[in-house]
Amino acid sequence: MRIELNCTVNGVARRAQVYPMARLLDVLREEMRLTGTKEGCGEGECGACSVLVDGELVNSCLFPALQAVGAKITTIEGVVGRTPWSAPGPLARLWLPSFDSAPEKPAGGPAADQGVRPTSEKLHAVQEAFLLHGGAQCGMCTPGMILAAVNLLDRVPHPTEAEIRNGLAGNLCRCTGYIKIFEAVVKACEP
Amino acid sequence: MRAYVPAYDLVAPGNLDQALSLLGEGWKPFAGGTDLMVLFEAGKLADKKFVSIWGLDELRGIEVSTDHVTLGALTTYTEVQRHPVLRREFPLLAQAASETGGVATQNRGTLGGNIVNASPAADSPPALLVYDAELELISKSGSRWVAYSTFHTGYKQMILRSSELVARIRLPRDREGWTHYYRKVGTRRAQAISKVCFAGALRREGDRIADVRIALGSVAPTVIRCHQTEEAIKRDPKDAATALAREIAPIDDIRSSALYRLRVATNLLDQFLRR
Repeated sequence: MRIELNCTVNGVARRAQVYPMARLLDVLREEMRLTGTKEGCGEGECGACSVLVDGELVNSCLFPALQAVGAKITTIEGVVGRTPWSAPGPLARLWLPSFDSAPEKPAGGPAADQGVRPTSEKLHAVQEAFLLHGGAQCGMCTPGMILAAVNLLDRVPHPTEAEIRNGLAGNLCRCTGYIKIFEAVVKACEP
Repeated sequence: MRAYVPAYDLVAPGNLDQALSLLGEGWKPFAGGTDLMVLFEAGKLADKKFVSIWGLDELRGIEVSTDHVTLGALTTYTEVQRHPVLRREFPLLAQAASETGGVATQNRGTLGGNIVNASPAADSPPALLVYDAELELISKSGSRWVAYSTFHTGYKQMILRSSELVARIRLPRDREGWTHYYRKVGTRRAQAISKVCFAGALRREGDRIADVRIALGSVAPTVIRCHQTEEAIKRDPKDAATALAREIAPIDDIRSSALYRLRVATNLLDQFLRR
């Protein structure tokens, strides 16, 4: 029998009718249309489906919907502007034109009524660093990598190299060889 | 083939008593899901009715008394690693917790789950055997304490009754001054299932080894405490490898070969005894 799942996803109260053993991964992707969270292995080995539940990093493929009742969930869609650490840099502007702030547009132009973009649309420092340092190739592991890195910096604002490696150890990447990802996280912690 | 999701039921009772009632009616316990959800997704989860015990505070917490540290069965690997007394006095357990899966698995995997999943390749059980852990098994009709060394009786077999739940794990605080050694050998450092897992502790008096505990994973149908090897070491450490080779029974499987496991196990024993 389905249950009513009430939870908060990226700061927004959400409700869904789901089976209690449905995977949180499927609930997010199919019921809530948050397809940023990816499925890699589906058995807790690769970390592509990582999300934060009540501030803790979890594999959403191993997380039954019932246990998400009342939880505060952060997916990759909610990482943007989660903390106001970083203004969008030049690369982010190039790739994501919507991050151009209104004051740079001609007064009275189509974007003028939007005003300055709120903090909540700025990239997180980790995302910015992934863009600048080539931390993504095919992109399949990237949402999970970023959630793992964001979670690490929440717990340890200035991690050692070993702590970074440990924080990312549960996330597999088959493209980058990890060095670019590792470098991006190192850069993201720099003041 | 993937599981048919509507065929499964999962409920979250408000307290331990209600959970135990459901276990008495044939429901199965479900904690962090790091093992059960893998079976579920693969379409191999035979049971259909589960009780979520994750929210039961009665099964959480780490309590330190003069003689023991007692851990709720829902203690996660993350909680083990963060606990100062466990890190100081039971380093094998803290290290096992840090080498099980990655951060996401460590946040959800529990010691109780690692025990009752009954895998011979589990990482924390060898440490629990070395520390002479005891388990509290509870059911609707009461509670009993058993030595963990008597808990597993064969491959995936254990003395736990279907109406029972592992509630707490108790470790005696008597290993001060011992030398501790833990080494997990897998294909990579994180996220690997062991080819061989070795946990040992020993106490020296001068040059002599006065007392020793050894337990291994992935070399027998269950995790095993190696009593004969321990006795051999106390008589003469030179006989240790021969005794260990007689006591373990590694097999060829998808992760490794019997020959490799035997060689690694004896190498790890050698490394341990040089500490």
